[in-house]
Amino acid sequence: MTADTVQTISPRDWACHPAHIDPGYKSTGLRGPKHALVPMKHALAERNAPVYSAVQLGALDNDMTKNAVMNGEPLGERIIVTGRVIDEDGRPVKNTLVEVWQANAAGRYVHKLDQHDAPLDPNFLGAGRCLTDNEGRYTFKSIKPGAYPWGNHPNAWRPNHIHFSLFGDYFASRLITQMYFPGDPLLPYDPMYMGAPEHLRDTMVSKFSLDVTQPDYALGYVFDIVLRGAKATRFE
Amino acid sequence: MTQHKQTPSQTVGPYFAYGLAPTQYGYDFKSLFTPVLAQPHAVGEHIRITGRVLDGAGKPVNDALIEINQPDASGQHINSVEESERKGFAGFGRCGTGTLAGNHFSFETVKPGARGDGQAPFIDVCVTMRGLLLNTFSRIYFSDEAAANAKDEVLSSVPAERRATLVAVRENTPGGPVYRFDIHMQDSAEGKETVFFDL
Repeated sequence: MTADTVQTISPRDWACHPAHIDPGYKSTGLRGPKHALVPMKHALAERNAPVYSAVQLGALDNDMTKNAVMNGEPLGERIIVTGRVIDEDGRPVKNTLVEVWQANAAGRYVHKLDQHDAPLDPNFLGAGRCLTDNEGRYTFKSIKPGAYPWGNHPNAWRPNHIHFSLFGDYFASRLITQMYFPGDPLLPYDPMYMGAPEHLRDTMVSKFSLDVTQPDYALGYVFDIVLRGAKATRFE
Repeated sequence: MTQHKQTPSQTVGPYFAYGLAPTQYGYDFKSLFTPVLAQPHAVGEHIRITGRVLDGAGKPVNDALIEINQPDASGQHINSVEESERKGFAGFGRCGTGTLAGNHFSFETVKPGARGDGQAPFIDVCVTMRGLLLNTFSRIYFSDEAAANAKDEVLSSVPAERRATLVAVRENTPGGPVYRFDIHMQDSAEGKETVFFDL
């Protein structure tokens, strides 16, 4: 950085994200803002992200096959999900919190409002979290989530997915997204997946990896995430 | 360096509670962020900030997640968990709208100090919910800071007729000061759409 530049966050790249209101996803109609967002000078935007530390995390927080066990192992196909959190320049986002939640193998969420007629699993919560390491890498163990029906349109089913919540290094780098699975036949019917720009949809689909797969234990999937990162801009 | 494209945002969906706000919703998993930012020994004026999220039909949303981010009463940011514990102040809080009567969110915090010269005190807000494909950013300013608000560069950049959507209204109650801040996702009979920033 030189004297006339200031360290800011790269802007949200609107070409990478869905629109606020998507006719295919009904609930957006009354919930997406309709006025244009008000631009903010980046020098005035908040740069601090929330603080947290490894000491606040439980030893099994990143292992959903074990972190809610009551009387046995959760049912379903064990998976390992790993990947790197990087910024647009490929720099690792270190020590950043990754929070995940998902349905169980039968496609049922623990959430009290989920009324889908599929069984709960007494040994599975489906919530996990971890911090990325110095390479930006995170790893979770879990059970492959099932598909489930929703009321958006007749015979609507969500593809298998895991919800991801990330902070990054800035307040504004906050990202909430979903990871999908390769080869899922429901993807082209899903308004959320299809609501993302076509050229980036496959970046939300994890890749099967035999290297990550552990023999006799669990299938491995890789999902990398790109957040907004640091950017030196001319002082305004 | 390779230029990577930002991962597309997706909705938080209806069932985030046990993952993102488990303690508030009564799940057996400890929340990292709660609606209580300030412990009793935190320095500053202790306040409550409460409100609802309303959709374009003017109906309260029962599955929104509100996050707030702010400096302490002296305008200083919390930089570590150790500092947070020492000061009894978290700097960041989370509250879902699914547990309180009337689908309110409610934060216990201290009134923040101004972050820099010429800035009015404010709190950053991040709003997310089912039906919202991108988390949206707003700010909470304070009704009893009219002079500072008038000079604030960001607030002044907002069209005058929309500024009031960013100002929480103070009420002095027997339990202490309460600021009311409803978030309107769209214009409706209940109010004007809240200003959201391209942050």
